[in-house]
Amino acid sequence: MRGLRHGGLGLTLVLVLLMVVWVLFLARGTTFGPAVDNPKDFLITTLNGVTAAGLYFVVASGFTLIFGLMRVVNMAHGAFFLLGGYIALKLQRHWVGEGAVFGLTSDQVNLRNWVLPTLIGALLVGAVGLGMQQAFLRWNQGQELRQALITIAIAIILADQMLAHFGGVAQDIAWPGTLDRFVDLRVAGVQYTTTRLFILGLAIAVGLALWLWLKKTRTGMVIRAGVDDRQMVSALGINIQLTFAIAFFVGSALAGLGGAVGGSFASLAPGVDSNWLLNSLVVVIIGGMGSLGGAAVGSLLLGLTTNFAAAYLPSDYTYYSIIFTFILLAIVLSVRPLGLFGKPA
Amino acid sequence: MTTRSVVDRAIGGGALALAALAPLIFSDYWVGALLTQTLFLGIVASSLIFLSAYGGMVSLAQVALYGIAGFVLGNVVTNGNTKGLNLGWNPWLAVVLAIAVTVLVAVLFGLLASRSVGIYFLMITLTFGVIANLFFGQVTTFSGFGGISGIPAPHPIGPVDEHPNRLYYVALVVSVLVYALLRYVVRTPFGLTLQGVRDDPVRMASLGYNVVLHRTLAFAFAAVVAALAGVLFVWWNGHIDPASIDLSAMIDVLVIAVIGGLYRLEGAWLGAFVFVMLNNYSRQIDFVGPRFHTLIGLVFLAIVLVSPAGLAGIWERAQGALGLGGGAAPQPATAAEAPTRDADV
Repeated sequence: MRGLRHGGLGLTLVLVLLMVVWVLFLARGTTFGPAVDNPKDFLITTLNGVTAAGLYFVVASGFTLIFGLMRVVNMAHGAFFLLGGYIALKLQRHWVGEGAVFGLTSDQVNLRNWVLPTLIGALLVGAVGLGMQQAFLRWNQGQELRQALITIAIAIILADQMLAHFGGVAQDIAWPGTLDRFVDLRVAGVQYTTTRLFILGLAIAVGLALWLWLKKTRTGMVIRAGVDDRQMVSALGINIQLTFAIAFFVGSALAGLGGAVGGSFASLAPGVDSNWLLNSLVVVIIGGMGSLGGAAVGSLLLGLTTNFAAAYLPSDYTYYSIIFTFILLAIVLSVRPLGLFGKPA
Repeated sequence: MTTRSVVDRAIGGGALALAALAPLIFSDYWVGALLTQTLFLGIVASSLIFLSAYGGMVSLAQVALYGIAGFVLGNVVTNGNTKGLNLGWNPWLAVVLAIAVTVLVAVLFGLLASRSVGIYFLMITLTFGVIANLFFGQVTTFSGFGGISGIPAPHPIGPVDEHPNRLYYVALVVSVLVYALLRYVVRTPFGLTLQGVRDDPVRMASLGYNVVLHRTLAFAFAAVVAALAGVLFVWWNGHIDPASIDLSAMIDVLVIAVIGGLYRLEGAWLGAFVFVMLNNYSRQIDFVGPRFHTLIGLVFLAIVLVSPAGLAGIWERAQGALGLGGGAAPQPATAAEAPTRDADV
């Protein structure tokens, strides 16, 4: 296998180099053309990739937190994302009104009517996740596959119930007017949307908060100890069940938070849940399960890959961009089967 | 021969006889719609059960592979009037090509996923499945959102509307052959090695067996089975679109395999029968109505919680309780307890 790994590494470097050369100098006939001729759209694509990565990170960090501590692959994570989005949507509509045919516009919504629905959505989804963990997962600890199957069952039920209650038409949450504007970056004349920068800021805040929580607090210490040796932690008389409950609540709430933000950024509809389950899975498979830093790197790689593939493939072939997600996965899995920062269990 | 295996054989023989005589006993709708569907869903589920029971690999990519066979067939046999390549080839050549392409893709998927087992394998194959779904949704050259219509079953079998019994018998013969083949393969040296790899990959590797190669070969072999089911599905349905292989379809096949029991091949068809019956008749019950997926989610949840070995497991326990037990059937470790650590060898 060593040969394959080294070959994989060399091949990866060559591929990445080719892609960089393509984007910088050769990409004629693509949407934006080569970056040396059109630095503005290159910068915008980069920013789009990085900000998309922000949202990937918010959602996937919850997934990886739960997995890291409890070895639970929460297949309902995508459904939790969608649920958080729908709760925030309904609350916003409840407070502001239904709006026109296409829903509310951002000048009808103030900051409070975005922040409160988002937070409540996140907390409620956290509670749903906690309920699921206590009711079904707690007494199946250690049976990883069975737990994954249980969360799949919950995901099916949730998705079907959401279809029944919220309908099959795509809806979106309105950004508050204060956020929904353009800002002049003073580089290459780029005007960029504040909402995307806000998502990036939120992701950095979430990442920092999680990092401080895990590194500097007692709960975080117990969580890190639990990741390394669960039995020893319980043997020391620490209530690991409480820690599990907290981690599950926080991890699920992050999916809900992501859903509210994602529902403002794009839209909410049946099927969005499976896309976000895919995003979270790809991020943690690339980054390594259970690693926060891995989730950040995985998010960046996925965000940049999807955005660059969509913009820098020849115009007639842009719909092949999904292949690049697969190529990214394939490269990482062939070089490091456990992900870039993954450690054996 | 123990009492138990005599009872099992009698039930199996009875079911087969009933299936062979079904067109004389049941209505055209039952045979043409429900039973044919049971058979091809059973075939694709049997490919999953084979991998899970004998390889320790719970694969969610089986539906994607079945879909790839279906899409290849659709692209190759149609002639004008629909999306896709419309090559208008000989239908039997198309079947060969469909299976060949599916196996090639499976070798690639297998090589990438085979260094992981358990929930990692589940996650990786899930991402492959969702990516295949998105690929066919986006790439209009091969399908696009609306899919490929008007795919005919070849002459002696079709047109299916006029001769529903013919396709039923083809599906029945393929089912019996697949079952016999799978039962045979697990007793060959290859099958025994595969079970060794399932139980202790590290020891098998140190004995000189190539673990990744065996898993990949098993995956490719299961892909042939899945591809056969895909071909039957497309002949039966006349149409395939990305929704035929979306996350919900992947989970449906997983549900079938789990209902049947993840470690007995017979369970595939049993699970498919229960699933198709529930799908068809529950919609007529008032409180279920269009909420079929909530019902199937609840059934799935109940089975995972109560009897991870599915209906086959309940049957075995019932036999034990009735005193029919003798030597237990050759049982691999139930998938729910299969080792889940990565074997990075």
